[in-house]
Amino acid sequence: MKKIIGMAAAGAMLLALAGCSGGGGSTSGEGEAPATEDLIVGFSQVGAESGWRAANTKDIQAAFEEAGIELKFSDAQQKQENQIKAIRSYIQQGVDVIAFSPVVESGWDTVLKEAKDADIPVVLTDRSVDSADTSLYVSFLGSDFVEEGKKAGEWVTEEFADADAVKIIQLEGTTGSAPAIDRAEGFADVIGSDPKFEVVASQTGDFTRSGGKQVTEALLKSNPDVDLIYAHNDDMGLGAIEAIEAAGLTPGVDIKIVTVDAVKDGMQALADGKINFIVECSPLLGKQLVEIVEKVVAGEEVEPRIVTEETTFTQEQAIEALPDRQY
Amino acid sequence: MSIRTIDKPTARPGFVRPRGRFNLGSRYTPVLVTLILLIAMWGVGATRYRGFLSVQMLLNLLIDNSFLLVLVVGMTFVILTGGIDLSVGSVVALSTMIAAFLLRAGWPPLVVIAIVLVVGSTLGMLVGLVIHYFEIQPFIATLAAMFLARGLCYVISLNSISITDPFFVDMAQTRIPLGPGLAITPSVIIAVIVVAIAFFVLHYTRTGRTVYGIGNGGQSAMLMGLPVARTRVLVYVISGFCSALGGVLFTFYTLSGYSLTAVGMELDAIAAVVIGGTLLTGGSGFILGSVLGVLVLGIIQTIISFEGTLSSWWTKIVIGALLLVFIVLQRLLTTLRR
Repeated sequence: MKKIIGMAAAGAMLLALAGCSGGGGSTSGEGEAPATEDLIVGFSQVGAESGWRAANTKDIQAAFEEAGIELKFSDAQQKQENQIKAIRSYIQQGVDVIAFSPVVESGWDTVLKEAKDADIPVVLTDRSVDSADTSLYVSFLGSDFVEEGKKAGEWVTEEFADADAVKIIQLEGTTGSAPAIDRAEGFADVIGSDPKFEVVASQTGDFTRSGGKQVTEALLKSNPDVDLIYAHNDDMGLGAIEAIEAAGLTPGVDIKIVTVDAVKDGMQALADGKINFIVECSPLLGKQLVEIVEKVVAGEEVEPRIVTEETTFTQEQAIEALPDRQY
Repeated sequence: MSIRTIDKPTARPGFVRPRGRFNLGSRYTPVLVTLILLIAMWGVGATRYRGFLSVQMLLNLLIDNSFLLVLVVGMTFVILTGGIDLSVGSVVALSTMIAAFLLRAGWPPLVVIAIVLVVGSTLGMLVGLVIHYFEIQPFIATLAAMFLARGLCYVISLNSISITDPFFVDMAQTRIPLGPGLAITPSVIIAVIVVAIAFFVLHYTRTGRTVYGIGNGGQSAMLMGLPVARTRVLVYVISGFCSALGGVLFTFYTLSGYSLTAVGMELDAIAAVVIGGTLLTGGSGFILGSVLGVLVLGIIQTIISFEGTLSSWWTKIVIGALLLVFIVLQRLLTTLRR
């Protein structure tokens, strides 16, 4: 008898699960009979790896809600296969526009061709793809990562203008991702012209705080006399601060830190003097993305490359800017 | 005396104590539950979302999971013997890296594929030999292989490598039409062939019986004169081969090699096998059950992306809950059979 009750319980759980996996607080009840003018946009996000990404997600969701456009959002959890699946399911659903931030640069041709065959325009945000066929997407909205790397490099050359030799540790972003490649390239372009700058170690911290901390801990042991840490995003820089403090040194003084992004935590650390310089990389792409989507749907031409407006912050500027910082 | 007569009681425990026409203790019950679950989820999706109720949606499930189908075949063999293979995801990543690297160096595509398959199988064989002859836990031996393969990826290249080889591009972009508006990829056909071969081997050959025999306690299989040692190593070779082939299909899917790819994919494969009704302790389960398991995982992802407002992390939550339910269900059914 007990067994039968157990079986029944298991069965009930299964039913409940089948129910919840399909349901779960949906707001798209009218999805069955959509009017043709109702816009639906599918957006596939990289993941939720950093404060920057979270701000980016929030801004995009808010912008589409404000514009009254239905947004299908999916988080790829840093996996390309998840992103391909999501894009394919958007094609299957017949959304009007697909937007996505590719996890890696390579490997998108197949699914983008499918979108093109289905006449669904694709907009890239934040990161680009390396497809030779640029007709696969209508526009790429995002920062110029090479330029960001250059800005970081320029500050470093000014800051260390009087120094004889500068030892640098570079904390790279996710291996193979566009911002990691380009920020390293831009930085190297600027500092490479002067032999006194030496990048003694360059390793990936995967854009995460814990990654930045671990890598810095290890690298500080092998290079205790390092002068500067260049982190490809704030989170890794914040991890580096923890590692430097744990090693008994003062971040921002003994070891200078330059990062990219300017999220709130990073700006706070900059204002506190633990970071020396931040190159902004704005995550607030939502408004511009909505504009592009509306233009594309209306059949208007859009620029194939739209660069977001960005600035840089010193410690003094951070103290001023911090109270109005949205993210 | 033929093997068949001895084999019957272990392979068909349901016949030992028949319970009329509706037999809950039957070894087919877990698979049936999975099938019902799959149909129920598909039904729920079809009533909720436009574009869901189409055959192409089902075909997309196969297209998007062809590599996982091949992986679960290898994983099913291993789990049926009571083992586990944690190296699967890393071997997939290593395969994509080797393929992309050699293709960039200008090697002919078929040679590249052959090399990838040989590397995967060899790694599997080494793991199998270690497990059998040193009596190491499969968990530990394959964990070592997992780190080894993942590390080797970074030795090949730190950055992702695009594949532009025409053969690979063809395999990625060819669509085999099945009717108006319906199409599949060559990868799906490869996956289906692999599943068919595995089905035949498991259910109609001596090797297959030995696999089940090992899972039901290696001692008795050995006493029956079945080649236990050879088969125990063989299942890891099969798993290694399937991982490498899965890696090849994955390169068709993404047309690139990337060191960080397929992290945790071995766990997806294990989840699919368990949801498909295979006992983790070995000895009971079906290849087709694992196939259903893959489809259940795929349909969960599809529903969540069709829903569009749920966080994608619900995929993990639902899979976790399902796994829990299935493990409990398995336990109950095993008790029922005794």
